[in-house]
Amino acid sequence: MITLEDIQFGYGTGFRLRIPEFTLETGERVAVVGPSGSGKTTLLNLIAGILTPQSGRISVSGEEVSALSDAERRQFRASRIGFVFQDFALLDYLSARQNILYPYRITPALKLDQAAAARAEDLAAACGIGDKLDRHPGALSQGEQQRVAICRALVTQPGLILSDEATGNLDPDSKHRILDLLFAQAAAAGAAVLAVTHDHELLARFDRVIDFADFRQGDAA
Amino acid sequence: MNALYLAFAYLRYHWARSLVLVMVAALIMFVPVATQTLLSTSERTLVARGEATPLLLGSRGSQLDLTMAALYFSEESPDPIPMHEVEAIWDSGLAIPIPLHTAFSSSGFRIVGTSLDYFDFRDLDLAEGRGLSVLGDAVIGAEVARALDKSVGDTLVSSPENLFDLDGVYPLEMPVVGVLAPTNSADDQAIFVDIKTAWVIQGIGHGHEDVVTAADIAAGTDALVNAAVVQYQRITPENIETFHFHGDQDGFPTSAVIVVPNDTRAGTILKGRYLDGENPAQLVTPVMVIQSLVDRIFRIKTLLDVVTLIIAIAAIAAIGLAMFLSYRLRAREVRTAVKLGARRGMVLGLLAAETLILLAVSGAIAVVGSVIVVQNADQWVGWLLTLGT
Repeated sequence: MITLEDIQFGYGTGFRLRIPEFTLETGERVAVVGPSGSGKTTLLNLIAGILTPQSGRISVSGEEVSALSDAERRQFRASRIGFVFQDFALLDYLSARQNILYPYRITPALKLDQAAAARAEDLAAACGIGDKLDRHPGALSQGEQQRVAICRALVTQPGLILSDEATGNLDPDSKHRILDLLFAQAAAAGAAVLAVTHDHELLARFDRVIDFADFRQGDAA
Repeated sequence: MNALYLAFAYLRYHWARSLVLVMVAALIMFVPVATQTLLSTSERTLVARGEATPLLLGSRGSQLDLTMAALYFSEESPDPIPMHEVEAIWDSGLAIPIPLHTAFSSSGFRIVGTSLDYFDFRDLDLAEGRGLSVLGDAVIGAEVARALDKSVGDTLVSSPENLFDLDGVYPLEMPVVGVLAPTNSADDQAIFVDIKTAWVIQGIGHGHEDVVTAADIAAGTDALVNAAVVQYQRITPENIETFHFHGDQDGFPTSAVIVVPNDTRAGTILKGRYLDGENPAQLVTPVMVIQSLVDRIFRIKTLLDVVTLIIAIAAIAAIGLAMFLSYRLRAREVRTAVKLGARRGMVLGLLAAETLILLAVSGAIAVVGSVIVVQNADQWVGWLLTLGT
C-alpha cells in the first residue's frame, strides 16, 4: 500500500504541487489524468524517490520513502519499482534480452543470476517476444519495443509499476493489447499499477482514475 | 564488471565509430614512437657507418654527395677522380686505398666496382658461393639476392645508362658467384664487381672477335674493322683473353676512394695534403659529414615534433569532442539508468569504462606497431638510406 500525505513540492519559484492525500492499494490499477504540466510525472517521480518533497510523507508498505537516504532510495527504486516509459527508453546497443536484464547491470542491489535470466525469458514468452530476445530494438516494431520495456519493468518483481504514458506512441489496437499485457503481468506478480495517461479511451480499464485537476496547484506567486 | 560489459556492448554495436576513435588514438600514440625510433636508428646507423670509414677521397664538390655515394651507394654521382689518385695514396705508404666505382646499376641495385680489400674492410662474409676472382664476376648483397631471387649460378645484366647511347656501351652479363650474408647495411643492397668489370661496363675495356686472325695474315689479307666485328657482352673463359683496356689505367675513373690510414698520424698527414682548395681532389672525414647531416635532420625533427604535437592536440580535441557528443547523445540513457536505480557514479563509471577500453585497444595497437617498427628499424633504415635522393 502506498500513501502520500500532505505533500508539497515545487521547482524553484514557479511550479507548485500540493497533494493532501493519496493512497494506492496493493494490486490496484489507478490512472492519473490531467492537463500537461499539472504534475502527473512529478507524482511518479516523488513516489519513486527520484524527487523529494519539500514537506509531507510518502510511504510504501509502511516504509517512509521521503525519509530514506539517497542510496536507500536508489535501492528502493531498483528493487520495489518498475518503470514503463512513453518512449520505451530501450538502449539501441543492447539486445532485447540485455535490455530486459538492464536493471541488474546498473544496480549493485540486484544480482543477475540464473533465476533472473529465466524470469526474463518467461516474461518475454508471456509477452509474445520470446523468439526475439536476441534482436536489438532497431529490429523490433514499436509494440514489440514496449513489450520489452514492460518485461524490463517486471523482471525485478516490483510491488509497484509506474507507467508514464506507456501507450502514448501506440496505435489504438496496440494500446489495448499492451495494457492487457501490463495488467496481466502486474496481476500475476501482485503489483499495483499507477499509470499517467492522456488517453480517456483507456480510463475505463482502470480501477480508479485520479484527476490532477482535483489537486490544488499553481504558481507560487 | 557490469560497466565493462555494457561499455563493450556499446563499443561493439557502434563499431565504426569505435574503430575510428581507436585508430586515431593509436596513431597519436604510435607516430611519435615510430618517428623517434626510426630517427634514432637512422642516427645510429649513419654515424656507425661513418665512424667505420676513416677517410674518403673524391673529387672536390659536395662532401655529402661523396659520402652518401661511397657509404650508401646512393644515386648521387660525384664527379669521378682518376685512378692515379689511388696510386698516389698507395705510393705514400700512409694508407690503404679502396676504390669504389658506383656509376652503374642492375635491376635497380647499384653496381659497386671495388677491390677485394673492401670485403675485408667491411668484414663481409659470404653466405654462399665464393668471392670475386675473375673479370665479370658479381657478388651480391643479401637483399639483392632476396629481391631479385638470384643465387650463385644466376646472372645479372647491367642496365644501359642511356637508351640512345650510340657509343656502343653494351649491357654486360655478369655471373653471380657469391651471395653475402645480411648485414642490415647498404652492402645488402649492392652488387659487387671488380673495379675492372665496372670499367668494362663503362666501355673503357671490352672484348671482341679478332680483327685480324692468324689465317688472315697467312692469306695476306688486309686488316678490316667494321660493324661485323662482334663485341662480347658476357665474359667467358673462352673470350676473357680478348678483353683489354684502351688508354692509361692511371686515368681510369673511380667515384670515390675509401682511405684507411695506417695510424692517426698518417691520417693527419694525408688530410694536410688535400687541404689546398685548388686540388681537384678532396679528402673528407665521413663521420663529420654524417654528423652534420644528423644535426640537420634533428633540427628538422624538432620542427616535426612541433607539428606532430599540434596534430596530436587537434586529434585529442577531436576525440574529446566526439566522446563529449557521444555522452550528450546518451543523456536519455543516463536518465533512464538513474530512474531504474543506478548511481550517477555508475553512469560515469560506464563512460569511464568505454574510454578505458578505447585507450586499451588503441594502446595495444600502438604497442604492436611500435614493436614491429623497433624490430625492423635497422632493416628499414638501411633500405631508406640507400634510396638516395
